[in-house]
Amino acid sequence: MGNLLSLTTFIPLVGAAILALFLRGDDAPAQRNAKWVALVTTTFTFVVSLFILAEFDPTNPGFQMVETREWLLGLSYKMGVDGISVLFVMLTTFLMPLVIASCWEVTTRVKEYMIAFLVLETLMLGVFMALDLVLFYLFFEAGLIPMFLIVGIWGGKDRIYAAFKFFLYTFLGSVLMLVAMVAMFAQAGTTDITVLMTHQFGSETFSLLGIQIVGGMQTLLWLAFFASFAVKMPMWPVHTWLPDAHVQAPTAGSVVLAAILLKMGGYGFLRFSLPMFPVGTEVMGPMVLWLSAIAIVYTSLVALVQTDMKKLIAYSSVAHMGFVTMGIFAVNRQGVDGAIFQMISHGFISGALFLLVGVIYDRMHTREIAAYGGLVNRMPAFALVFMLFTMANVGLPGTSGFVGEFLTLVGVFQVNTWVAFVAATGVILSAAYALWLYRRVVMGDLIKEALKSITDMTQREKAIFAPLIVATIALGIYPSLVTDIIGSSTQALVGQVQTAQADYAAARQLAAAEGEGE
Amino acid sequence: MSADLAIALPEIMLALYAMAALMGAVFTGKDQVAGLLTWLTGGVFVLLALWIGTGDGTHVAFAGSFVDDGFARFAKVTILLAAAAVLVMSQEYMARRGLLRFEYPILIALATVGMMVMVSAGDLITLYMGLELQSLALYVVAAIRRDSARSTEAGLKYFVLGALSSGLLLYGASLTYGYAGTTLFSGIIASTQDGVSLGLLFGLVFMLAGFAFKVSAAPFHMWTPDVYEGAPTPVTAFFATAPKVAAMGLFARVVFDAFGGVVGDWQQIVAFLSVASMFLGAVAAIGQKNIKRLMAYSSIAHMGFALMGLAAGTAFGVQAMLIYMAIYVTMNIGTFAFILSMEKDGVPVTDIAALNMYSRREPLKALAMLVLLFSLAGVPPMVGFFGKFYVLRAAYDGGLGWLAVAGVIASVIGAFYYLRIVYFMYFGEEREALDPAGSPVLWGFLMASAAMMVVGVINLFGIEPLAAAAAATLVN
Repeated sequence: MGNLLSLTTFIPLVGAAILALFLRGDDAPAQRNAKWVALVTTTFTFVVSLFILAEFDPTNPGFQMVETREWLLGLSYKMGVDGISVLFVMLTTFLMPLVIASCWEVTTRVKEYMIAFLVLETLMLGVFMALDLVLFYLFFEAGLIPMFLIVGIWGGKDRIYAAFKFFLYTFLGSVLMLVAMVAMFAQAGTTDITVLMTHQFGSETFSLLGIQIVGGMQTLLWLAFFASFAVKMPMWPVHTWLPDAHVQAPTAGSVVLAAILLKMGGYGFLRFSLPMFPVGTEVMGPMVLWLSAIAIVYTSLVALVQTDMKKLIAYSSVAHMGFVTMGIFAVNRQGVDGAIFQMISHGFISGALFLLVGVIYDRMHTREIAAYGGLVNRMPAFALVFMLFTMANVGLPGTSGFVGEFLTLVGVFQVNTWVAFVAATGVILSAAYALWLYRRVVMGDLIKEALKSITDMTQREKAIFAPLIVATIALGIYPSLVTDIIGSSTQALVGQVQTAQADYAAARQLAAAEGEGE
Repeated sequence: MSADLAIALPEIMLALYAMAALMGAVFTGKDQVAGLLTWLTGGVFVLLALWIGTGDGTHVAFAGSFVDDGFARFAKVTILLAAAAVLVMSQEYMARRGLLRFEYPILIALATVGMMVMVSAGDLITLYMGLELQSLALYVVAAIRRDSARSTEAGLKYFVLGALSSGLLLYGASLTYGYAGTTLFSGIIASTQDGVSLGLLFGLVFMLAGFAFKVSAAPFHMWTPDVYEGAPTPVTAFFATAPKVAAMGLFARVVFDAFGGVVGDWQQIVAFLSVASMFLGAVAAIGQKNIKRLMAYSSIAHMGFALMGLAAGTAFGVQAMLIYMAIYVTMNIGTFAFILSMEKDGVPVTDIAALNMYSRREPLKALAMLVLLFSLAGVPPMVGFFGKFYVLRAAYDGGLGWLAVAGVIASVIGAFYYLRIVYFMYFGEEREALDPAGSPVLWGFLMASAAMMVVGVINLFGIEPLAAAAAATLVN
């Protein structure tokens, strides 16, 4: 199985091609067939991806199962996974069958809908496996196309605005990254990520347009990558596309967006910003920490006053991503481990929350919080599942949400106590908005006339949530499931960055001493 | 002498073919044979392209005023194939509207001869001859719909502004001749060995302005939208493809063959043309409702990107430019095949809003157009992205990092209007429909072009080493 990674990546694309070429018509049987093809394809992809996990050696911090082929212009088609990426691959393949299953009730242009998701899965998997800058960019950017269509065609009332905003916002961020990639290619002479990780980009301070740039080239490159990943993440203050996109996207689109697409930003920071530009990270790191702290508090407060459930969860996602960026840029074991853990766990939790909103939206066709109340009386199963994921979102110990938040806070505390202090208040705020949402939607008496005939979750819906519940609780009580896999890779990463930063500090001290000596 | 003629044989044969076809058509069925003649001319183009494509080495004819090298061959093959594609695409459209006169393919053939001479020019006189042969033929073609005010207006505008630009070019050429003492490019480059005199610099600037007119680079782009809109759509498709390659080839020919020793003197001008075109093309297209005008601005923006490669002043920059142009032409042929098939009750439609919910009625064609639009916008994994990637790399290597940054920002602005077409096709509200289906020829070109934009991601159809070899013969 020399090309297991490529195989996994392109199975969904093959499924999409089969749908596109062989499925005709748009009647009910054709729609059912389309859904089944998509479900079987994604499930098969998940099964194949299990082999990746089985073959993966957690003690090896380097890249594994690497495949290389020549490409254009000295680029290469290079795929591989390490401890940092393998879990994102698994997250993607694990969630996609659930996503497909969740759109079983969709009836408009089902074939295209399924094709869009299958293509998107290929592109997302490619992002996490690519070991060539341009290949990464290719997958990273191409993902915009299906997502643009998913929001634009199957979205809500203001879908056009949301789709354009989503596309142009993220496109603007990533083209700057493209220029940085071109610059890296020119300087290092290669686009191989494994080589670039050990390449030392210039860090001598120089001035550009009269501005002193501490950290030189590395800082500029870091900023260009930051522009892309911060938008994708999204970080405050460039998060504004996310609530719009989430609210307008169909349920399955929201799930993919929150659970997987946002993780590309965090993954990008870990894959590029930290190892390739350690000096840039050192220079800009404190800014990111504060931005994250502001994001956590600010977006939590904004979430408190939302009247739309999806928007509330979207803002809560921004807050949780704040913990991730904070952990990453603390640059220590706890911080980075916590950030990855938080991303994986947020994938399950936010995905589940959006699915839960989808469950009641399918029944009542509104996401207004005020339109609900007392659902527990008619939907006990829903209330239970919603309760679990609300608690996980809050970060209750025993759920996976707790581990990530705790680890990132521990990591940041060692670097900057004040940031940790501010961020910790966000935990309280998240309890406030999440529990208040739960109270308004689920608790109380069922007095609204429209809700009197609402039905509880169907077997299909329960089946979708079961794996998510298992995952959330399993990671909560046994976090080593994740940390064992990522451990050696994060240790190597953190060690490499800290060494490079120490070298830089020493070099600066030396330069300063020489300056005094003269 | 006969050796000289042998080097220019493809051009001579095509010119003879055009004459013979003209005589043949006049003395036989006139417009009745126009359809046949169109296909025949297309076939001749393809055969010539195959023939030229097999050539190798650098040959100089007529004491250096005509050059047949890898660069010229690359450009000629692109021009011939593009011209053949557009001719074949236009046949049915023109015939159904009574526009298919027998002069049409012949004029296109003559214009193509002109273009082939342009990219092979080794002398200012050859350059001008080629350019004027091309331009005069195109002025007539632009006004081929004689009973339409718009078409004649387009022809006239094109003629007046084209004449102006030819005048500028000629003025620059005469200055260059005066100060360099020769019209041969090899002589001009020898005379610039100790820098450029002020007079020569003036000549260079005027010539660059003339070229900028021909490639429709801002700020010399004003004629483009009006001519694109007014001319019959197949003619617009032709304007957007082959002449652009020829003009860009000529541009590269002059700046490298004649002024390659003083890159610094023209680099900034080209960089300015590039950045101005990219931004103007991106911003001005946003408000367009007519798809032909929109494509005009889109072509201005694309020329800006191609010029970015040229501005780098390196062999890699020329390679990037050639690859960009080849990709651009392929995309535009597909896009115009789609535009040509936009009809309602048999009348051509150019309003973008008419595409409302096109995807529901013609999912496959809409998908192909979607691919082409994202490719035009430069979004990976479409091949259009690689064109951008090459020129960005070239610009960065040439020390023009700021130009690369400006270029990508312009491409984001430009993405908006391509997305707007997607919006009409996929998200819009369903209203009156366009006529279903179109000619199978157009369908074929649309699908082939779109498929190439996706499949090309594997290796760009091996165009990269060819372009590299072509660029190496020009820049040394």
